[in-house]
Parts: sequence; structure tokens; C-alpha cells
Amino acid sequence: MSAQEISSTDIEAVLATGSRPTLMTAVKRLLTAREFPVTAALVALVLFTYANNQLFLSRQGVKDLLLNATIVILLAVGQSIVIISRNVDLSIGSILGLTAFATGTLFVNNPDIPIWAVFVIVSLFGALLGALNGLLVTVARVPALVITLGTLYVFRGFNNLWAGPTQYFADDRPDAFGDLSVDTVFGLPIITLGALLVVVIVAGFMGRTRRGRDLYAIGSDPTAALLFGVPVGRRVFLAFAVNGLLAGLAGVLYASRFNSVGATTGNGIELDVVAAAVVGGVAIFGGSGTVVGAAIGAMLLTTITSSLTTLRVDKFWQQAIVGVLILAAIAADRIVKLRAERRLQTSEAHHG
Amino acid sequence: MKSSTRAGEANHWRRLTSLIGLLAVLALVAAACGSDSTTAEPASDGSAEDGAGSGDSDGTSDVNDLSITYIPKQLNNPYTNVVLGGGEGGAAEAGFEGIAVVGPLDASASSQVSFINAETQAGTDVIVIAANDPDAVGPALQEARDGGAKIVAFDSDTNPDFRDVFISQVVAKDVALIQVELIAEQIGGAGQIAILSATANATNQNEWIKFIEEELASNPDYADIELVATVYGDDDDTKSFQEAQGLLQAYPDLKGIISPTTVGIAATGRYLSTSEYKGQVALTGLGLPNEMRPFVKDGTVTAFALWDPAQLGYVAAYAGRALAAGEISGAEGDTFTAGELGERTVGEGGIVIVGPPTVFNAGNIDNYDF
Repeated sequence: MSAQEISSTDIEAVLATGSRPTLMTAVKRLLTAREFPVTAALVALVLFTYANNQLFLSRQGVKDLLLNATIVILLAVGQSIVIISRNVDLSIGSILGLTAFATGTLFVNNPDIPIWAVFVIVSLFGALLGALNGLLVTVARVPALVITLGTLYVFRGFNNLWAGPTQYFADDRPDAFGDLSVDTVFGLPIITLGALLVVVIVAGFMGRTRRGRDLYAIGSDPTAALLFGVPVGRRVFLAFAVNGLLAGLAGVLYASRFNSVGATTGNGIELDVVAAAVVGGVAIFGGSGTVVGAAIGAMLLTTITSSLTTLRVDKFWQQAIVGVLILAAIAADRIVKLRAERRLQTSEAHHG
Repeated sequence: MKSSTRAGEANHWRRLTSLIGLLAVLALVAAACGSDSTTAEPASDGSAEDGAGSGDSDGTSDVNDLSITYIPKQLNNPYTNVVLGGGEGGAAEAGFEGIAVVGPLDASASSQVSFINAETQAGTDVIVIAANDPDAVGPALQEARDGGAKIVAFDSDTNPDFRDVFISQVVAKDVALIQVELIAEQIGGAGQIAILSATANATNQNEWIKFIEEELASNPDYADIELVATVYGDDDDTKSFQEAQGLLQAYPDLKGIISPTTVGIAATGRYLSTSEYKGQVALTGLGLPNEMRPFVKDGTVTAFALWDPAQLGYVAAYAGRALAAGEISGAEGDTFTAGELGERTVGEGGIVIVGPPTVFNAGNIDNYDF
């Protein structure tokens, strides 16, 4: 039972059901939720910037903020699934590069290809690359950090080989495809709404399905999960494949939003994404955190960049602030964990 | 995937070993193909486009067996590719035997050093380099020179102590002036402007920016133009995008942006053309016609400038040949013939100028393909 006990104490109140809904517990639950600090930081940042420059929340400003965050949100959601299972995928920047270039290639070679088909094909391509990671990690049983560091270079190598100096520009793709990342519904960009839908679906999967709960159990204690009968290999493989799928989706959107895709697209983005997940309350050692938190973390990090450029703050501070946020998130996680352990000890003492 | 732990353990090492083997093979294949595509690529494509490097050797038999290696800022960059195309064409025409292109995939300061070291060990006669950092490559270049190599800097200069000549696109000041002229014209001679550059330590961009600032300050025609900010997009699409957004929010009265880098101007063009600022904020700078064409056609950009990048590599090849053959030493006043482009003179500080910048607009952009 231990795996389940630990995971259910670790997973925070947002998704939990069935306790007495008094106002006090609701407020307490909100304040102790893993997502609370990052959400508070995001709100404070936006309000502070808005107070200094009203254009920050103009129509165009809001649209830019959301569009900037969309791709990182998708990547952070995928990454958090993997991190929750006590793994990590460092190769997503390279997967993003390959899939973005694949998108450009598809449109250039098949001018009449339907846009939905590109989304499907490229997302599956991403899933395939993710599945390769998953296979290597589960078969070799070498830490994912090492495996995906390897595939980071292998995938990037293939991207360089495939693309060479070729770049595809927005002009090479249909206007309707580029408009996807421009057009809005009630002021909200279409692709951002799509990303939110992904967040809701994945959050439901992680919080409410057997497979999703298994990933938390694996991340909390892989050995216990195995003894308990959780098919660890299959679940971890699934986590990597889904992450690849989302990175592939992000690759398509990258090609829609930005001007050029080529050999260096997505270079180095993996660290931003891991940072977003950690800042959003996903514990780097697995077992706790939510995809909602990771998505808010992604929003926070991209907003910091926009905010600091709008406030004309030096670039150096931007990186320093992100660093401080990561350290703060890790410290907060440590404190929560120590408190949870103490609570467990006391409850075990009562039972025993 | 899951087998009982003990049985799994027996197979574990075998599987691990075969996995490592597989990865190693993959890596070797990738490496082999990679080096195919980066070194000794035939010189046909880029140079044919402008006709500068089409073909046959013109009887420079006195300098047989010379080898030349180009080290650009970064491989797989479309601008660099045009430069290198011209360079390989020029090198073949000038009679070099061994022609190679090597370089890093990222444009960081120290990434070129190991490539220079390898060329020194290989005994390459001429190293043509576009420096990511003027000083970081210094000691490695000095070693190469001690070993007898001639150093030709092109595109982005090294510290003059470490090279024989520098092939400059155009007079740095001309590049700066034409950009100021274009932006002044586009914003009607008055208002706030900003610069969106590459990296904060890029040699060529910083020199142009210095001249732009001087010109704005000294020329009375530009008295009403105010340069409010210089920001750096690091030649990265995403970063340039966000920097452009930040500029427009931070300076609501901004009338125009100068982006003296091909990545920056294209990213800014893409952002402007997809935002409400399209047509409101002028954009000019240095761009590739192929990349800028849609933005010129949709009215986001009226005019921008560049030189013919292929000629840069072409002249660098002939300068390298003249140096290696001992015809010139890189001193001021030395002259050499740069193939079809005719005679070039080494100017003050060992600088060789390729030609004047070209202005591209809706009227002429379709005549260019690079």
C-alpha cells in the first residue's frame, strides 16, 4: 500500500475529491496547493508590469503573451509526465527541431496537403522519436538523463544532416497554416486554446486514470510500484511516447508561428522546459506535481522574458531571476516533502 | 517490457551491450555523413547563382598543392551558405587543390578554436575565418600563423594582430549610413527608432551600430530622429521575436526598427506582419532577399540592404591565394586580382573592400536569388 499512500499525500488537493467542503479547508487547500506559489508569482508579475506599462495587457500584448507561452506550455506538459515518473527527457529540443523541419518539408513537397494531415503526421513522427527514447530507457535501464542526452545529439545530428543549410520560411507554407497562430477567438489565440485543451486532457489522464496514477506511484518509489504489480516499463514507455507526441505538436506550431525552420530550430529549449516544470511545482525526483502547475510554470517563464524586456531591464537579470525561481521551487519542494514525511511518521506511529 | 527481475537481470547486460553497439553505429553513420556534407563539398551551388565563381581554373599553376579551409561563424546558416558557395567557387578558380569548410553548429565565442587547431595540425596553407569573437580565436590563429598558415578574416573581423587581411563586405560606414538613410526615409525623418542586433559581442554589428549612432548624432538631417534602445536577439528566431515585442511595448511611439542582421530582420518582419503593428512601424536593416520577399510583398518592409554575400567568399579565396603565393603581404597598398571581380587593393589596417551595398525593394527584389 505504501506507494499509493505516498503518492496520494504528495499529489495536491486540486485534483483530490471527497473531503468536507468547508470554507476553511478550501482556503487552506488553495494556499498549500503546489501550484499556488507559481500562480501567485505569475499574477504579481503581470500586475506589476501592467502598473508600469499599460500596453503590457493591451489586446496585442495579451495575444503576444499567450502565443509566446503556447509552445513552451505543450513541451512543459509533456516533460512533466516524464519527470513525474522519475525520468527526464532532454532530447525534446531536438525533437522539436526535427518535427518543425518535417512540417516545413511536408508543405514544400506536397503543396496541397491538408493542414490537419500535417498535424497528424508530424505529431506521430514526434511520438515515434519519443517512443524511441522510451524504448531505450526501459530496455537498457540506464538513467533517462544519460539516454536522452545521447538522443539529444543523435536527433540534432540527423536534423543537421537532413536540413543542412536549407531553411524553410513562412512563405513556403500556406497562409491558412500561418494564420493559425495569428487568429484569435474572443481575443484568445486559437493555438493557445488548443494547448489549454491539451492541458485539461493530460491533467485528467494523470489525475483520474489508472495509468496516470501509476506514473505517480512509479515516480514515488519504482521498486515498490514494481512489487505492487504496476507495469513499470510499459508506463514509462507511454510517458516518453506522449511527451514525444506533444513535442511533435509543438514542432508543428513552431513552424506555424515563426518565420524559419532549419537545422538549429529548438536548440537549447529543453532546459527552459525542465525549468518551467520545476518552477511549476513538478518535483525533479518524480512522484509529485501536476501538469497544470507545469503549464503555469511555462507561462511564468515566458512572461518574465516579455515583462523584463517591456520594463527595459537588462537581459542578465532575466537569467538570474529564472535561476532564483528554480532554487526557490526546489527549496519549497524540499520543505513540503519534509513536512509530509513528518506527517507520515506521526500517522504511522498512531496506527502502530 | 517487464519481466521478472531475476530473469531480466540475466538478459540485461546483453541487451545493454547491443544497445550501446547500436548507438555507436548510429553515431558513426551520422558522423560519416556529417563530415561528407561539411567538408570538401563540391563548389557548384552557391557560386553559380551570381556567376562569380562559375568554373574553370585560370592558369595559376605556380601555386599548386595549396589548401584552403573556410571556418564560418556557424554552419547551416543560410547567409553563411551563400558566402561559402562563393568561397568554394573562388577557391576552385584560384587553383586551390584542397578546399574544405569546417565549423561549429553554434555561433559561440570559443566554438571555433578546436577547428583552427585541427587546421594547424593538418598544415592548411590558408585559413579563412569569420570570427565569432575577435579575441577568443586569437591564440589559436597565432599558432596557425607560427606554423606557416596565412589567415584571411572575412565577414566578421578578428583582432587585426591575428590575421593577414580582412575581407570586408563593404565599408562598415557605408553599411551603417545606408541603413540610417533607409529608416529616415521610411519614418519621414523624425521619431523614435530602435536597433535589434545579433549577439551583444558580434564584431560587425557592433561596428555598424557605432557608426549609426555617430551618424545620428552628427548629421543635422537626422536631428529629429532619436535612437531609444539597442536590444539583442542573439540571432535566434524566438529571442528576436520577443525582443521585437518588448521594444514595441516599451516604446509605444516607436516609428521604426533597424535590424542589421538577417535573422533579426526576418524574425521582426514575421512578428510585425502578424501583429497590429504591420504598416505602423517601419523595419529596415540587412536581410536576405529570399527570406524578406514575403514581407516586402505584403507591405511590412519597404526597403532593406545587403551586399552580394557570394562575392565575399570569392574575394577571400583570391586574397588567400595571393598571400600564400607571396604576392602580397597584407600591407596597405598591396594589390591582387580577384578573378572576375577585378583588382582589389589592401586598405588601411589590412582591410579589403568587396563592393557597395545593394538596396532591395519591391521593384528589384525578384531579380535576386539568395
